[in-house]
Amino acid sequence: MSSSPGSSSIRMPGIAPLLVFASIAAMVLLVVGPLAIVFTEAFSKGLSRFFLEIREPDAVAAIRLTLLVAAISVPLNAVFGIAAAWTVAKFEFRGKSLLLTIIDLPFSISPVVSGLVWVLLFGAQGWFGEWLIDHDVKIIFATTGLVLATVLVTLPFVARELIPLMQDQGSDEESAAITLGADGFTTFWKITIPNIKWALLYGVLLCNARAMGEFGAVSVVSGHIRGMTTTLPLHVEVLYNDYDFVGAFAAASLLASLGLVTLVVKTALEWRHAGELSATRRH
Amino acid sequence: MTFDTNLTRRRLITASAALGAGAAATPLLLGAGQAQAADALTLLNVSYDPTRELYKAINSAFASWWKGRTNQTITINQSHGGSGKQARSVIDGLQADVVTLALAADIDEIAARAKLLPANWQSRLPNNSTPYTSTIIFLVRKGNPWKIRDWGDLVKPGVGVITPNPKTSGGARWAYLAGWAYGSRVGGAAGAKEYVTKLYKNVPVLDTGARGATTSFAQRGLGDVLLSWENEAQLVIDEFGPKFDIVYPSSSILAEPPVALVDKNVDRHKTRTLAEGYLNFLYSPLAQEIIAKNHFRPRNPDIAAKYASQFKQIPLVTIDQAFGGWKKAQVTHFADGGVFDQIYKPG
Repeated sequence: MSSSPGSSSIRMPGIAPLLVFASIAAMVLLVVGPLAIVFTEAFSKGLSRFFLEIREPDAVAAIRLTLLVAAISVPLNAVFGIAAAWTVAKFEFRGKSLLLTIIDLPFSISPVVSGLVWVLLFGAQGWFGEWLIDHDVKIIFATTGLVLATVLVTLPFVARELIPLMQDQGSDEESAAITLGADGFTTFWKITIPNIKWALLYGVLLCNARAMGEFGAVSVVSGHIRGMTTTLPLHVEVLYNDYDFVGAFAAASLLASLGLVTLVVKTALEWRHAGELSATRRH
Repeated sequence: MTFDTNLTRRRLITASAALGAGAAATPLLLGAGQAQAADALTLLNVSYDPTRELYKAINSAFASWWKGRTNQTITINQSHGGSGKQARSVIDGLQADVVTLALAADIDEIAARAKLLPANWQSRLPNNSTPYTSTIIFLVRKGNPWKIRDWGDLVKPGVGVITPNPKTSGGARWAYLAGWAYGSRVGGAAGAKEYVTKLYKNVPVLDTGARGATTSFAQRGLGDVLLSWENEAQLVIDEFGPKFDIVYPSSSILAEPPVALVDKNVDRHKTRTLAEGYLNFLYSPLAQEIIAKNHFRPRNPDIAAKYASQFKQIPLVTIDQAFGGWKKAQVTHFADGGVFDQIYKPG
């Protein structure tokens, strides 16, 4: 798969241990330390207080809302990702690089902008504001707005995982299937999907982590109504500003745990199905 | 070979089924919650930052009072943030039944831009529609190491002053104007401008809301003095114990945080009676007592007398006398290109 470990090491005695130490020190200081503080603070008043904070009605509502938003936006982006990757990898057409750039756009623009565009479109003073009010449709400051903001921010995750892999794989197998008489749908289910399933799961995983953790974009469209439009990350901010530090860190530790679970599954995927992920994800 | 593929596929299906089950269950849970919310009478109170504790107490008192009178079970939802930001959200469509903001200019903005309530909203309730008042005072670190006694001490070189952004925070606007009033008392109009220029040179960071500024000062240890709402400073003493001292300057401003019914929203939600009842309740002795206990200055003379020892009497200028009302002050000082934009340069 990759070259033997010895050949990539540079022979400079003393430098390697120093660099290794420096990287580990930086990781402990910047990542492990803060994470440990989150959990210490969350459990600082004991286990029962932690569970009390998490079962508090506003916290439960925030957890439900976060799950709901992720449950809608992740499948949407999975379908979009497969469609986009399929288009880009299996067909030649004009404007392909433009399409690739647009798919990447949400990575490079600030999440605040990803939230504000929806306010400009659907806010009461926005382009469609008046029509929405007349028809009693709530988008901004409601679940729909939170979903829209999340979808926009997490749009590239699945597509970005699938495109390099599908380009690598080419369309030979699909062509063969079609030559042998399979229709498009069968080819998709029997050839394409099995080929990309692990990369798809990998993309969905990253997409889900970001969808549940997103703060900036959802903050703009939330309206911060307690127990109604605050997702878990927003709930952390609310509690912190209430001087409820145990509650804030308890909620934050839930988000951190989600991150840890994501990390474990992600690493497992990278080790066990390396061959079926795009080249950049292989070990 | 085929066997192997089937196995992995099955594993994948199990994994996606688990995801799917979670996805399917959530809307059901949430749907039930929403249906319930639609039947119950609810109000949305969009408020500013330091009223979190106040309205928590008021809402539960009002809910039981209303239940006793009408036998209706009600829920009051809260949203808090910088006053200017909250007004912006209501203008953009946040469905507030009542707004309880830090200053009249923000509600004027809602009336002018979104036409959700009439321009004369402030004359509809007693006392300029402000059931409680407050003022701006200083919070310093224990023992007052910088010997800060009055406004003049804030512009000394090296003093770090924490106050939020007047563009987004109501308390920050009251604090700016209180500083301006001091400056003009000692040096006339030119002296006032010079004073606030020096004052904001000493501000290392502008948070968007009062609560953010308070956490910057109290929790994160930034700065030497916090220009604070009186109620917010008292709350910090309650929450963080004796790590801080309150300093009353020689003069300050009478801050009047107004409340208003958002007519178009209550008519759409059919909640006018409840919303009116809620706002009138704020003037009742029961609510006025809660107000005093949360360190806001009550309007009711009897309750004010009862809690007089909590609120030090210092000379307070009013927005109408010193600045010709909020509409004028807003345009002169805080609009784009106004005095604040001229005197404040970040960094």
